[in-house]
Amino acid sequence: MFTARLPRRLPIRTWSARKITTTSARRSDALFVHRDNAYNNPKIPFEFTPENMKRAEDIISWYPPQYKKAAIIPLLDLGQRQNNGWTSISVMNYVAKLVEVPPMRVYEVATFYTMFNREPIGEHFVQVCTTTPCMLQGSEGVLDTVCKQLGGIKPGQTTKDGKFTVVEVECQGACSNAPMMVIGDDFYEDLSVDTTKKIIEAFQQGEKPKPGPQSGRLTSENSAGLTTLTSKPYGPGEFCLPEFQ
Amino acid sequence: MLSVASCLKSIPRPARAKLGRLSARSFATVTDSPVRRYGGLKDQDRIFTNVFCKHDHGLKGAQSRGDWHKTKDILLKGDSWIIQTMKDSGLRGRGGAGFPSGLKWSFMNKPGWEKDPRPRYLVVNADEGEPGTCKDREIMRGDPHKLIEGCLVAGRGMNATAAYIYIRGEFYQEASHVQQAINEAYAAGLLGKDACGSGYAFDVYLHRGAGAYICGEETALIESLEGKQGKPRLKPPFPADVGLFGCPTTVANVETVAVAPTICRRGGSWFASFGRERNQGTKLFCISGHVNNPCVVEEEMSIPLKELVEKHCGGIRGGWDNLLGIIPGGCSVPVLPIDKCAEVLMDYDSLKDAQSGLGTGAVIVMDKSTDIIKAIARFSAFYKHESCGQCTPCREGTTWMMNMMNRMVEGRGHVREIDMLLELTKQVEGRTICALGDAAAWPIQGLMRHFRPLVEERIEQFRAANGPVLFGGRLISQVDESLAIPDNLGANLKELAAPPS
Repeated sequence: MFTARLPRRLPIRTWSARKITTTSARRSDALFVHRDNAYNNPKIPFEFTPENMKRAEDIISWYPPQYKKAAIIPLLDLGQRQNNGWTSISVMNYVAKLVEVPPMRVYEVATFYTMFNREPIGEHFVQVCTTTPCMLQGSEGVLDTVCKQLGGIKPGQTTKDGKFTVVEVECQGACSNAPMMVIGDDFYEDLSVDTTKKIIEAFQQGEKPKPGPQSGRLTSENSAGLTTLTSKPYGPGEFCLPEFQ
Repeated sequence: MLSVASCLKSIPRPARAKLGRLSARSFATVTDSPVRRYGGLKDQDRIFTNVFCKHDHGLKGAQSRGDWHKTKDILLKGDSWIIQTMKDSGLRGRGGAGFPSGLKWSFMNKPGWEKDPRPRYLVVNADEGEPGTCKDREIMRGDPHKLIEGCLVAGRGMNATAAYIYIRGEFYQEASHVQQAINEAYAAGLLGKDACGSGYAFDVYLHRGAGAYICGEETALIESLEGKQGKPRLKPPFPADVGLFGCPTTVANVETVAVAPTICRRGGSWFASFGRERNQGTKLFCISGHVNNPCVVEEEMSIPLKELVEKHCGGIRGGWDNLLGIIPGGCSVPVLPIDKCAEVLMDYDSLKDAQSGLGTGAVIVMDKSTDIIKAIARFSAFYKHESCGQCTPCREGTTWMMNMMNRMVEGRGHVREIDMLLELTKQVEGRTICALGDAAAWPIQGLMRHFRPLVEERIEQFRAANGPVLFGGRLISQVDESLAIPDNLGANLKELAAPPS
């Protein structure tokens, strides 16, 4: 069988045969290695401000003294907040020193969790949820609007002026208020293409629109009128067993 | 019979006709027990009275709604009373697995536990990340004190020394409400060395995560809380023996913990009076997707799914007949087609019988405009993103599933690949440390179980437009004929239609 095919193979150019056997490098969402560069190298000093140091000590005190490293995640978060929203190698090294573990233990954690940005981000970090419940309600339109409004950048990119970074994220846990996006720490819910545009415009002008549902409802109640909890909430001891009344 | 006839004579004619029909029916059904309808929970029986954040979430507001009322008396009743009450209430874990809570908590109090010098922990799983689920969020920002009081009561029940609430990092507002509640409780002496004046020492800490769905798994959550990567541990040892910081630990969902004080105050039998046997209680359901008014609502367990959607969410967009399918319990459970949606009850057993599951009670509704293959493919992408990478079947399998599902969306595949995909899901299911592998497999299995003709149709359409496709998605027309094509790529299959079943 093989010999029958052999003569037909001869006239082929060699590179097309090679193309089948070579595979292109496949990258994960983010680069998992660190390369020293001008803005991210261990020589850049980082230290908690006295205020954050107090917070850090408070956080470390929540855990048993021999398990100081349990504080790695909260401390990295604190460091990231102090470091303009991203976790540089210096932040990781500093946290490792603080909780007395080898730096590798901190690198492991920082690469595992998606909320640690290991590259600088813009002033406003826009995260658009595109998981199914949001997708059903039109999150693709929201994402497109955000990208278009910010001058045609793609998810994962930062605008040239360094003001906005847009990323696509997985479920943020506000599915009854879909579609939604997170800007900084605030949830903007019940979005439509129009309200998305308005929110981004407001941020571009340096304002901060009111977070929460943009459709006029307060939280996740039925927008056509309450179907539950219409009466005054019951008070202490009501309907309880006699001994707890 | 005679007396009925004589009775009838004294009644005017039109009414007699009606009565006659009625009485005939009562003769026929006299031996039937009355059919109990579930749903229609009254406001007075709702535990979470501030899910919509209409009232003050602080201590004062919470106390006016009955929180922290005689908590000292509950604590003084002792651990066995609390656990017995939980057992009587029939509460099952609200995080998805549905394990009886009273039983789970009792594992902490093994004979001789007093001699164990280690501290003991309650860990509250507030890492709510299951797509479709948004109930714990509403508890934490509306009723944070219910959660904190629940920690104390549940902690007393399992004789824990401290509780850690692991909240997902994205929930900033929720975390600040819970932290505020903790601070207020400490300031009011409700927590600390002498919690509520009962002499019981108990601490509550809030730990914020950093965005990993897998940390919702109990052992991954413990790992993450210890400051490591959230990779699930092998069991045994179970957390009740060796858990957080090597100490006995119980991990429980926010809703499970937060209902505990109210159950203790109102009695286990009150809670058990709702819902069917073995599925008792009330539950927060979160409905998202193609309903007129998506919302979060507390309802009786065993409420019919159709009633839940029509009563609280204004029905499906375009009417019930416009429904395509419903995912009844968050993305990890298989989808249900319309005929099953009309008959299932929202509880563990009924949904299990329908080959789905209650999960977290997150109802994702999809109407006929939905591309359901794309919707499920998006879940596959979600699982690919969230797989922790520890077990090979899950790490590699989720990527494969995503790639194959993405091709199915287009129809770029071979009909036989549907079975290959199903086989792949079976290879992942049950072969991993945690349930993420299973959870990634089930939505695809559900899709193929109920919507297989749709997938086949799409493959046919693609084939009609682009010609035959090899396994793996390459078009035969793109193949260089001068190359040797392995036989296992399906290029030489005689049949082009569906394989004989």
